[in-house]
Amino acid sequence: MLPIMQSSLKLLKTAPPTAFLGLTILTVVLFAGVFAPWIAPYGETDVVGAPGLSIGGDFLFGTDQIGRDVFTRILYGARNTVGIALLVTAMAFFIGVVFGLISAVSSRWVDQVLSRLVDILMAIPPLILALLILTIAGTSVLNMVLVIAVLDSTRVFRLTRAVGMNVAVLEFVELARLRGEGTWWIVRHEILPNITAPLAAEFGLRFCFVFLFISALSFLGLGIQPPTADWGSMVRETSTLISFGIATPLVPAICIALLTVGVNLIVDWFLYQSGMRKE
Amino acid sequence: MKRSKDQNTVIPPNLRRRGFLKGVAGTAALGTLASAGWPVRAAWASPDSDTVRVGLGHGSTGDSLDPGTYFDAYMMFVGWGLRNNLTEIGQSGDLLPELAESWDMSTDAMKWTFNLRKGVEFHDGKSLTAQDVVASINHHRGDDSSSAARPLLSGVKDISVLNSHTVQIRLRTPNVEFAHMLSDFHLGIMPAVDGKADWRSGNGTGGYVLESFEPGERTMLRRNPNYWKKAAAHFEAADIRVIADHTARTNALMTGAVDIIDRADLQTIHLLKQNPDIQVEQVSGTQHYSIPMHANASPFSDNNVRLALKHGIDRQSIVDNILRGHGRPGNDHPIGVSNRHHSADLAQTSYDPDKAQYYLKKADMSGLDVNLSAADAAFRGAVDTAVLYQEHAKSAGININVEKEPNDGYWSNVWMKKPFSMCYWGGQPTEGWMFSTSYSANAPWNDMFWKHERFNTLLNNALAERDVEQRGELYGELQRIVRDEGSVVIPVFADHVFATSARVKHGELAANWELDGLKGLERWWFA
Amino acid sequence: MIQIVRLVAQRIALGLFTLLIVTLLIFLAVELLPGDFVDAILRQGRTQESVEVLRRQIGLDQPAYVRYFSWLTNAAQGDLGYSFSNERPVSDLIGNRLYNTFFLAGYAAAMAVPVALTFGILAALYRNSVFDRVVNITALSAISSPEFLAAYILIFVFSIQLGWLPSLAHIAIDTSLWESLKLLFLPAVTLTLVTVAHMMRMTRAAIINLMTSPYIEMALLKGVGPKRLILRHALPNALSPIVNVVAMNLAYLVVGVVVVEVVFVYPGLGQLLVDSVSKRDMPVVQAGCLVFAVTYIGLNLVADILSIITNPRLLNPS
Repeated sequence: MLPIMQSSLKLLKTAPPTAFLGLTILTVVLFAGVFAPWIAPYGETDVVGAPGLSIGGDFLFGTDQIGRDVFTRILYGARNTVGIALLVTAMAFFIGVVFGLISAVSSRWVDQVLSRLVDILMAIPPLILALLILTIAGTSVLNMVLVIAVLDSTRVFRLTRAVGMNVAVLEFVELARLRGEGTWWIVRHEILPNITAPLAAEFGLRFCFVFLFISALSFLGLGIQPPTADWGSMVRETSTLISFGIATPLVPAICIALLTVGVNLIVDWFLYQSGMRKE
Repeated sequence: MKRSKDQNTVIPPNLRRRGFLKGVAGTAALGTLASAGWPVRAAWASPDSDTVRVGLGHGSTGDSLDPGTYFDAYMMFVGWGLRNNLTEIGQSGDLLPELAESWDMSTDAMKWTFNLRKGVEFHDGKSLTAQDVVASINHHRGDDSSSAARPLLSGVKDISVLNSHTVQIRLRTPNVEFAHMLSDFHLGIMPAVDGKADWRSGNGTGGYVLESFEPGERTMLRRNPNYWKKAAAHFEAADIRVIADHTARTNALMTGAVDIIDRADLQTIHLLKQNPDIQVEQVSGTQHYSIPMHANASPFSDNNVRLALKHGIDRQSIVDNILRGHGRPGNDHPIGVSNRHHSADLAQTSYDPDKAQYYLKKADMSGLDVNLSAADAAFRGAVDTAVLYQEHAKSAGININVEKEPNDGYWSNVWMKKPFSMCYWGGQPTEGWMFSTSYSANAPWNDMFWKHERFNTLLNNALAERDVEQRGELYGELQRIVRDEGSVVIPVFADHVFATSARVKHGELAANWELDGLKGLERWWFA
Repeated sequence: MIQIVRLVAQRIALGLFTLLIVTLLIFLAVELLPGDFVDAILRQGRTQESVEVLRRQIGLDQPAYVRYFSWLTNAAQGDLGYSFSNERPVSDLIGNRLYNTFFLAGYAAAMAVPVALTFGILAALYRNSVFDRVVNITALSAISSPEFLAAYILIFVFSIQLGWLPSLAHIAIDTSLWESLKLLFLPAVTLTLVTVAHMMRMTRAAIINLMTSPYIEMALLKGVGPKRLILRHALPNALSPIVNVVAMNLAYLVVGVVVVEVVFVYPGLGQLLVDSVSKRDMPVVQAGCLVFAVTYIGLNLVADILSIITNPRLLNPS
């Protein structure tokens, strides 16, 4: 336990200020999400005042369209929003990277079969596919997570396969093959380290796209179920106010922006770290 | 578009005077609010054009000119620009003659004779005859009709041509309100071609001629120079767009890209009202939101459970939070204040958790768990309404679990399928029509599966009652029965709220539909 | 060269196969949706009689496989059928919207791709500088705000407050090119905002990744300057992932833009598809999905050819 803590402390000491910023944002958001019931002044679904009160009155961030406290909903929203986004992205990467690597290093046939399957999935407009599946299967959160993860994983698959193949034909991999190393060894020691950079960058972006996709779904009435709070729906529900120059919808929007910037700053730090290690 | 001088002066003197007065009021308002910092109108707003530009929240790429498929306000609005009915509901809610000049009802209220107006021409110059009317009505009945209006005309036994301008309709059961029903939006009169109603051409006798029709996108109409109605259809042309997103609709009105929008966003309506270039209109009508319960399914088959649910909702809170005050609490019956026989002395069902618990106890229950299916397809704010209901009912020991359904397919998969769901009704101009649409035992749209013997008997009596007073009394009793024993929670009556640019003028506004009974094209004019 | 031609032919054959499976999947999915066209069109007005009549009129009373194969036979001959809802030929219904969609996608791409590549390369060139960080954070903030919010903010500033640009992007057939570009400026900028970050960051990451390769280090040792190093040595080899990401984003621009279409009231394919799904209007859904599938397969083919040209070793893996 101790050496791990020491090494992470050492890592933290060398972290650039941007990474610190990213870590701080993520910590605050996670903290808010986990401890929402204790920090929040009201309950998640309590109607506490008149609808549409503006920022800075009796309620810190005002009230939403039916009179719930926006600050409270932001705190509870952190839990749902971050949870779902991380879950979806992690699942998408797990599926995408595993199959992408298999495709990159396996025989032509395996690659062909996998690639054609993914091609078929990707050749259907994603929003339409999600609409079809969710209408058939029902719009529970679990279904939504699964659908977005599978749809997203096709993109991860393509990227992994593309960069993986690029690396797989480089001299040092061919050398390793000639040395008689097994496929698994090559994947772990030669390919994976050489493709982490684009994959990590992709991770940060996929994370953003989950929000975009969920908000597009909620535009079609398929998003996260109310009264559950989530930042994307909060933006949607109050967005007309923008036309009158009122900033209420910007509160959850800024939260989303901060979160994605934070996650990407951490990703950048990892990219930087991996670059250092290689050098 | 070229415009000629005499077409510019179609507005009759009496209307013009009203317009003038409105104009004065508008100028005064402008004076006080001019300093509010509202943006200047942009170049594309082209306010000197005589084309009225309308942005409607409904309409889809699947829309069709077939009136049997009309469902939402978009095609109804366009439809009434192109076609007329035999009768119409006037601005004050009275029944007026339209293509039928006059009509007679037999003493048993089962035989109706309609005398058609002479000299009326379709857009292509063909004269209106009884054959056109028969074909148009038959479009919605008979075995090969796919019209959504079939149930409306299910009481029609036969329809026949008496002479070139007289039509006779015989009914299966007495209905003193049958002439009212012919004002229904499905029943526009189309020209007969080979005995069949021709809907594809959009040809009609209405105030506007169809120029182009792009479903779900845009419809262009041009004024009918031959329009038989005097002092109606004042706009040179109309450009009717589908703007589904309410923010986009609001933006379009504020930037002057459209002159009229329907379904104004209630959340921001107080801000829109401050804009001196825009007038917001509000009309209390028959439109109501309903939460039907399937009376043939447990636990709703027990009237005590239904009463508990009726007492478990705070209606005023729905009016305040969802409608932002643009409506009034409902009393669990579908008759609105604009209906002639609205029973005003019927006591209002109150939000009373104790009473709700009392009824639960009477039903031998200590608590209640129900699923409420909701989607904003039912009405805007339906999901929020369900969430508020959930909050209200908690203190009565009723646990409502809100199930959010997809907007897609809501009407076919949820409504009338799930035992407790959100719904809305535009309402009808007469009580008997409303009750027989969805409350009588054999009505196909009885979304509560509610069968009440006494109700059905009284309703049939009322529809056969020629004396208005006596009919009113029967309708009063029917309202009471539905409130106390009906299988529906009707939380609120929602006002029609729409907005126009300040240069759009109008007289008294009809309450039966939004946008002046959806006949703004015909009834309104530019200042 | 012959190898590339062979690859193209092979890809086209595979593409046709993909199209076939896609149509089958779409057909099955629409069949599985609760309710059919008749339920959807009659909605609150449905009764048993009208449902049966309408089903018979459209031919929905026939078994599913019969309908699929008759559709397929016609589609193979170029006849996409008629829309259930308004009895219009699907090709008419799709045609105009297809043009609109491609026009907007092309417009947005013409803005987004150069911006993304330029800033991506610059960010890689000056990596970890203040410039790099500012570009990154700006792009990320842009991409993380939902499309409709970005659109509403743009409309508030440029349409409502300044009155420079319209909030409705309706182009007609007779709208001049210049006028169209003006009308579509805000939607195109909105789409640029959501796509630029992805392409830019991929460009940057791909180049930085290659910077650690031995041959770049060799070039560095030889004293090649940083600009020449990136443009001449790194970029060509980084093209494969970049081209892939660009292709994905272009595909997204073709059908993923429903939200932007709705907000700017722009009649494109996305809105038509969503509407048709909810109406269960099978011929329109099929045709719309086919258009997307063809676009997607085409873009991929181009991306792959470009990748192979820049990295010929890909032609003969192991």
